[in-house]
This record gives sequence, structure tokens and C-alpha cells, in this order.
Amino acid sequence: MSYTITLTINRVPRTLELDDPRITLLDLLRERLDLPGTKKGCDRGQCGACTILLDGRRVNACLALALSHDGAEILTIEGLAEGEALHPMQQAFIAHDAFQCGFCTPGQIMSAIGLVGEGQTGADPERVREGMSGNLCRCGAYRGITEAVVEAARAMAADGQGRAA
Amino acid sequence: MNRFEYVRPRSVAEAVAAGAVPGSAYLAAGTNLLDLMKIGVARPGRLVDLNHLPGLDGIEHQADGAVRIGAQVRNADLAHDPGFRRRFPAVAEALLSGASAQLRNAATVGGNLLQRTRCAWFQDTASACNRRDPGSGCDARGGENRLHAVLGWSEHCIATHPSDFCVPLAALDAVVEVEGPTGRREIALRDFHLLPGTTPERESVLAPGELVVALRLPAEAAGFAAHARYAKLRERTSYAFAVVSAAAALRIVDGRIVAARLALGGVAAKPWRAEEAEAALAGAAPEAAAFRRAAEAALAAARPSGDNAFKIELARRIAVRALTLAAAGTPERLPALPASPFAPLSGGRHV
Repeated sequence: MSYTITLTINRVPRTLELDDPRITLLDLLRERLDLPGTKKGCDRGQCGACTILLDGRRVNACLALALSHDGAEILTIEGLAEGEALHPMQQAFIAHDAFQCGFCTPGQIMSAIGLVGEGQTGADPERVREGMSGNLCRCGAYRGITEAVVEAARAMAADGQGRAA
Repeated sequence: MNRFEYVRPRSVAEAVAAGAVPGSAYLAAGTNLLDLMKIGVARPGRLVDLNHLPGLDGIEHQADGAVRIGAQVRNADLAHDPGFRRRFPAVAEALLSGASAQLRNAATVGGNLLQRTRCAWFQDTASACNRRDPGSGCDARGGENRLHAVLGWSEHCIATHPSDFCVPLAALDAVVEVEGPTGRREIALRDFHLLPGTTPERESVLAPGELVVALRLPAEAAGFAAHARYAKLRERTSYAFAVVSAAAALRIVDGRIVAARLALGGVAAKPWRAEEAEAALAGAAPEAAAFRRAAEAALAAARPSGDNAFKIELARRIAVRALTLAAAGTPERLPALPASPFAPLSGGRHV
């Protein structure tokens, strides 16, 4: 049996035929839609590498069944930059050397944008660290990540971009 | 993951009819169920998707002061609801001490109640586990079991219930609203989860096909808002299940405790309400000696189920900590590390 769902992915509406009900949003993005920026780390909701924005909220794409999210809007790392202009969070990660191998980075950046949108941490590094605890970095770039998120949170607040991804 | 039939009901009645078919499982966020399906622990033949059902995602503050929370409300939305956070601060703190922000954005109230144990032996299909495979034995008994139960366990199962959310819910007399093939009923949260006994595969009192539709906190529970905290010890600073935890809520009048609520997490197969401790606190001054007596009473029946005798004293101490924090007063804003013993009482950094 096949299923038809619609998703808006990085602002583009898509109608998708799924031949298998087991497909997660993560596998859909990576294996069927040629969007491998979202990473598969643990595939069990423990590492945060697959973080995307689902209707504006950060979630683990590995634990989201695609069929369950029929009609949703999805934003991935591929949808952040506008042409050559990087998102302020992407710029801040570069400016603060917030990665080493880069595998966790798309998830870190999507999670950080979700965190700013939630509006619970402000630019308090202590709250940012706690709010980012669902994203593991095996290179240990946490110091740079925290600095980047704090700076971008300030910049996005100043630009009134708190909710804009 | 096994293949399954996917069903998307349009009403609660349709959902219950679909869920009553043997082999069915309800799918909320899937943060626990999909994970268990990936490792082969759960193998439902059909998933009944609750995500498109109308009417299950509201937080209703009722006229009498109670709050009714739809089963599909997401953990983060409940924790950050201003009215809820103000009136039930220990519940909000417990929610925010659990999992990660991503998981809290997805995970639901109903799913949290029904989440399965994180016992490694339960999750490993090559191991014997009476909870997963009745009658097969319990490899946790002779295995790595330092985080297992110290209260209410049996020789058949020593697993713990992993929820933080359920601990203050047990303390505050929450009520679960259930709809099933034979109609609607209400179950006190304290009676909702079952101790293992000889049938650890029965984890809750839900009958096949019964669906959690809402959770209610009575108006009386908001009477503790000025002195209500959740404290949780983890093996790392954040994003970990409790080794032990405690929800404490006090009503203090003229320097005396007139009512006390205490429940423990991480110690049993259900959130553990400690009524003996509550009785020990009634009428006492909110001071260390009374808190220690209460903690002794709460753990009086505790015994190790393996290499975990340390958890008994740890549970006493987290109970004392939660009571001490509650007596000091609910903070205006939760600390940066909700529920953490490493969160300072005011200001400062945690490390």
C-alpha cells in the first residue's frame, strides 16, 4: 500500500508518495529528497544531529514518522541561507569556531535557531548550555557553540528575528 | 522495525475502535514507541496515529481552579504555559528537567504516562525479561542493576518507571481520563501504574484499546504553588534520566506545615507517593530534622534489588533536598538547570 502526503520543505510545497509507512522524516530527507545536510547520528533521539524545525519547532527527525506529519512545514540546514547570505546563526558558528569535524553542526545550528525562537534563554550562557543539551558534539566544541549561540541570540533579538528562521 | 498497518482516525471514537483491534498501538509523538520499534522491543501490527485527532491538544484552566490537559499537549507547551507554570510549578520543573528540548517539543502528556522502562535488559531482545517476554526470566537480577528499583520490586522484575512528569503528578493527585471500548472512566494517577508482582508485563491498569484522552490536576493542587519543587539527581548535568528524584509540595501557615506532599522517582516501577512521609510532616516546623524524619519514613520499606543499596540513602537525601527547596519557596523563575541539585539557590553558576 502506498500513502500520499504533502510537506512544505524549505519553503517548497511537495507532494510525496511513500511506499512504506516506516519512513521517518530523517530518512525521507536524506534518502529520498536528496537533502543529506540533516545528519543521522544515533537514529534514536539521543544525539540531536538530525534536528530540524517542524512547524517552527526543533525536533529529532529520526523519531518523527513522516506519515504523522502530513501537511507540516519543515526547515532544514539547506533552507537557511538566502543565496550567498548565511543565516546569522551560521555566521556566528563560523565566527566562534563552533565546530571541528562538522558532523553535528547542522543539528546544532537548527537546534540553536529553535532555541532562540522559544525565547526561554535570552543570551544567558547558563540557560543556553542547558537548552542545547540535546545536541552532542564528540569533538567537544561546546565552548564555541555556546559563544556562537549567545552572540546570534543577541543579533537575532536586535534584528527582531527571534522567530524568523 | 517491523512493517505495520498505518491508521489515521478522525475522531476519538474511531481511534478507540481501531485501537481495540489486537496488535494495535497508539502513536502519539513516537519518541518512545518508534525508538522501541527500531530495536525490536515493540512490534505492533498496526499504528493508530493520534496526531490528527481534534480536541486533544488543549490546556483548559477550569472555573473551579482545576486544569484539564489534553493527552496530545506537548511537554514543552505545558511547561511554558504561563498559567500552568504559575499554579503547578513543580510539574513544570519536572517536565523541564526531562529529556532534551527537541524531545520536549514532540513528546506528549499521554505518551509520557505510558513510556516504558529504560532498563537495559528490557531493551536488549537477546536478554531474558519478564516485562517484555513474560516467563523468560530477569537478566537484570544478576546483571548491571545499580540504577534499578529499591521499592515495590519483585523477583520477577526490578525495573523503574523513567518519568519525571509523573512524580509531581502522583504527589498532587492528578487524575487520568481514559476512553475505551466500554466508555469513559477516570483513574487516579497514583493507581494508574502497576507494580510488577508476578505480572510485570502489565504496566498500567489500562485495558486493551483504552486511550488516555486527558489529565486533570485538581484545584487543591494549586494550593501548594508557593512551596513546590522537583529535585532530580542525574549521572550527568543534563539530558539524563533520574537516578533518584523527588517532588515536594508544602502548605506552610504561621511557620508550620499544614499539608505536605511527597513523591519519589527512579525508585520503583511507578511514581512513588510517600504518604507516611507526608503524615510525618503534618504539623511540623519546616526544618531539617522534620525533613530527615520524613525521608526516613518514605524509604522505610526500601531494600536493594542488586548493586543499588546506595540509592536508598540517595533517595532519602533527594527527598530532604526537595523538601528544603520547597520550604525555601518556589522561585519566581526556574533555575537555569531545572531540578538540578547543582543549581544554586540564587544567582551564581552551577560549576
